[in-house]
Amino acid sequence: MTTADIINPEMTNNNTEHSFEALATQLLANSAERVPSLNGQLVYRCELNKLISVLNLLKANESLDFSQLSDLTAVDYPGRIQRFELVYQLLSITHNRRIRIICAIDEGQIVPSATGVYKSAEWPEREVWDMYGLFFSDHPDLRRLLTDYGFEGHPLRKDFPLTGYVEVRYDDIERRVAYQPVQLTQEYRDFDFLSPWEGDQELVHSSLNAESESKVNAKKDGYS
Amino acid sequence: MGEMQIRPLTLNFGPQHPAAHGVLRLVLEMDGEVIQRADPHVGLLHRGTEKLIEQKTYLQALPYFDRLDYVSPMNQEHVWALAIESALQIEVPRRAQLIRVMFCEIGRILNHLLNLTTFAIDVGAMTPLLWGFEEREHLMEFCERASGARLHAAYFRPGGVHQDIPDGLAEDILNWCDKFPNFITDLETLLTDNRIFKQRTVDIGVLSADNALALGMSGPVIRASGLAWDLRKSNPYDAYDEMKFDIPVGKTGDCYARYLVRVEEMKQSLSIIKQAIHKMEPGPVLAQNNKITPPRRSDMKMSMESLIHHFKIYTEGFHVPASESYTAVEAPKGEFGVYLVSDGSNKPYRCKIRAPGYFFMAAVDEMSRGHMLADSVAIIGSLDVVFGEIDR
Repeated sequence: MTTADIINPEMTNNNTEHSFEALATQLLANSAERVPSLNGQLVYRCELNKLISVLNLLKANESLDFSQLSDLTAVDYPGRIQRFELVYQLLSITHNRRIRIICAIDEGQIVPSATGVYKSAEWPEREVWDMYGLFFSDHPDLRRLLTDYGFEGHPLRKDFPLTGYVEVRYDDIERRVAYQPVQLTQEYRDFDFLSPWEGDQELVHSSLNAESESKVNAKKDGYS
Repeated sequence: MGEMQIRPLTLNFGPQHPAAHGVLRLVLEMDGEVIQRADPHVGLLHRGTEKLIEQKTYLQALPYFDRLDYVSPMNQEHVWALAIESALQIEVPRRAQLIRVMFCEIGRILNHLLNLTTFAIDVGAMTPLLWGFEEREHLMEFCERASGARLHAAYFRPGGVHQDIPDGLAEDILNWCDKFPNFITDLETLLTDNRIFKQRTVDIGVLSADNALALGMSGPVIRASGLAWDLRKSNPYDAYDEMKFDIPVGKTGDCYARYLVRVEEMKQSLSIIKQAIHKMEPGPVLAQNNKITPPRRSDMKMSMESLIHHFKIYTEGFHVPASESYTAVEAPKGEFGVYLVSDGSNKPYRCKIRAPGYFFMAAVDEMSRGHMLADSVAIIGSLDVVFGEIDR
């Protein structure tokens, strides 16, 4: 891309939008599956072993030109068989379109790093390792990013308590900051606002987990 | 004797250095005075915002957004409000859209004033900071008159804004708009052709367009590298599609180009503020949907229904149907996005905040390699980083 390229906002009218979507679906036909989404956002699901090839395809294809990875994150669904979802947000500034690639993985599965395709994946992958404990292979520098030096645990997992396990204080005798187990003067108040007369609370809470679990089960049955 | 490999000198930059713009610990590996590798240690301001948001109702989560990029709080609230509105499919009244656009642009000027002037003090010019903060004070006064708070406004709400702007505020902002160009002229007299300023910034931290894309850059940084990419133009939200403004684009992609782009953006923001005020007409500022927006206080005195709605909204909050979406706005620093996963309850299931500064900070290593130590200060200053949003 040259510096003279000026992005035209009126470029994407309805017509090209449909063909763009068709093109993406066609390109990813063997590797990813289109999922319905809000407000016409392009969302695809793919298997872990095809993830890097999908990213490569989307980046290399000139009529799609997804040249930027604008974000990468994970979501934790403790109730599901495949516990985590990796979410890649790609942006094509020449076509003014975004695409989202979602990839479900198990706890302990090793994810191939996207840093070879998109340089900007480096820090987000470090963050996902830090926050969710998902390991990326071939990452140039996989260290914790946001948490304290020597921190244990992965805070954004749903089973990690909001208040954490340790707190710090200044130790006057040792003249340094010391760690100690969290002592709450008052129990953390987790209000349950859901009205008891509006259905089963458990169900509302875990609607995402339960729904997909049955889907995964159905899929497994189909395969066997 | 064969060649000897000398271990590079490791230098700690920050976390208490004023030019680190907050709490950055930058570990620099130096060969003499040349940077071989820069390793930013971020997270010293990590407050677990995303984890906290998962425990709060949608409305309670809104003030956390003020505290991300605390230099331009309302722009952050905007993305949260938009994300919820798109999930709930609610329309925002026109007056509220215009008020939001106006305060977003005020936020942009607030941000650029702070960035440009602190950038200038980083490379040795003190006066712009003292002048710029006086102007910021005027703007924060406008925020205070609308919302009651200078910084952490919590003013943009899902469905509109919390309350209408008070009488006379629009006129005062227009008056200020007439005076502000003089300040920009003064600022430019001090910096734009300043020999020392140019020696410190021209050809420093050059970022090509391709590299900027690969590194996840956005906002003024990507525009300074020559790409005319602005979410206000390419995906207009609220009333931005009615506004006439230009996207300033740099040519060189160095620190000086980023400075020039921001100066020009302030002028464009000024014009957008004026347009928004001229388009404003009396009308509601919150969507009329009492399941989502609170009723007026005067209604609550007379109507039992309103009282119940008020109680329900501020205790249980509203439920957002199960969905997942990515919403982004053009914050002053760049693309500020929220990936929101909702499960149908009154609390977000997952809220990932995509902060522009996060990717700027990740690029510091690549940008400062081979530069002198003093240039790293100029690079960090020109990238416009605020640790509230990087560490979250």
